[in-house]
Amino acid sequence: MIAIIDYGMGNLRSIHNALAKVGGNPVIVSDSKSLSDADADAVVIPGVGSFGDAMRNLTPFSDKLFDLVDSGTPLLGICIGRQVLFVRSEESDAAGFGLLAGDVIRIPDGVKIPQMGWNELTLRRNNRDTDLLAGINDGDFFYFVHSYYCVPEDERVIVATTDYGVDMAAVVEKNNIHAVQFHPEKSSKKGLLILKNFVEMVKC
Amino acid sequence: MLAKRIIPCLDCDLGVPHGRVVKGVQFKQIRYAGIPWELAEEYDRQGADELIFLDITASHERRETMAKVIEKTSENVFMPLTVGGGIRAIADARTAFNSGADKVSVNTAALKNPGLINDIAKYFGNQACVLAIDAKRRYGREPGREMVDTPDGECWFECSFYGGREFTGIDAIQWAIEAEERGAGDIMLTSMDRDGTKDGFDIELTAAVSDSVNIPVIASGGCGNPEHILEVLRDTNASAALAASIFHFGEYTVGEVKEYLRKGGVHVRM
Repeated sequence: MIAIIDYGMGNLRSIHNALAKVGGNPVIVSDSKSLSDADADAVVIPGVGSFGDAMRNLTPFSDKLFDLVDSGTPLLGICIGRQVLFVRSEESDAAGFGLLAGDVIRIPDGVKIPQMGWNELTLRRNNRDTDLLAGINDGDFFYFVHSYYCVPEDERVIVATTDYGVDMAAVVEKNNIHAVQFHPEKSSKKGLLILKNFVEMVKC
Repeated sequence: MLAKRIIPCLDCDLGVPHGRVVKGVQFKQIRYAGIPWELAEEYDRQGADELIFLDITASHERRETMAKVIEKTSENVFMPLTVGGGIRAIADARTAFNSGADKVSVNTAALKNPGLINDIAKYFGNQACVLAIDAKRRYGREPGREMVDTPDGECWFECSFYGGREFTGIDAIQWAIEAEERGAGDIMLTSMDRDGTKDGFDIELTAAVSDSVNIPVIASGGCGNPEHILEVLRDTNASAALAASIFHFGEYTVGEVKEYLRKGGVHVRM
């Protein structure tokens, strides 16, 4: 069972439908007790909205989230749900979860902000069959909507980048934490493939 | 590098059960194109980057029918979905988002109450608010207007509302700039002079608006073939092009159009 955390920011129909489509068993959890009761094999933090609002609404989940991550449960953060895994953001004074070392900063001027649309991935390493990006190739397109981007302290956690004015980390992975800036649930076949890989990872 | 987007537009007649996609030819003859979610799935297979569903009946009672169309579509189609037509208030927007839409487009209601743009942006994010502008050329210099040179002479562009039936006196370029300040995330810019003609996009209009704002502009109105799309994406700063009938009636697939654009030097998602 994959718990999708509903923190009151936008509808979760797309991510729920997408996970179900690729063979997952998603359940939407709207408070920390439901998350505890869910006995989740994996957790997804979806994302729309701003960093400050997201952290305010996610804070009640934090103890349980830390427990799950510590016990090795796979976590997938999407867009804002990924940015909150870092330490801090220029968008807000609120502190992030700090599960990944690094900051979230605004996309520099010179390009249209937000970045909205399909952009290409550049892979930093060769994928194995069991990886989140298994079957994804250099130059595959994914759907991005964001004004801020993540700068991990440790370059080694960057799995793929995308170029939008600057070269930015698009996919970050550290142990059981997986974090994507784009919306796989809005990225058609290739996006579904990433979610399928995540679902498979959970089953292993 | 960010790709230019190709967006099929589904004009939905929601006066029949489950709705149907139609296309008017110069506002008269209506041709039946198919069932909305079936067309949506076909465009997904063809490689469309985004879909726009416009309720051409735009009536309050039909809101639930559109919600059903989007719910059904979002079961199998995983790309950005925009809903427009009849979005008058935050409650209408919420219904659309809860059914699976990612963005709503507003036109008439925003012209009558510009604060609606701020409200949608505040509650659902800038990316969720598309401002639709239906613009018509007005030749001859007028004080206070953004004048644009065209091969047919100097003109300004007037916004219309109520589906092109009434004019507002509002300058389309100035309105686009104001909409960006209010938090719109995209401008869907339709040329009323070209809509339904298949004579090509209004290049001067698209260039003028896309050079005046820093948010993406979706060029719309007049697409008759892939060359028209190449022209507007190559010669203006538009981020996307919208077309309906060339896709609905099987004249071209989205894939064929993208292949043509790629060969023409436009960066598209293949």
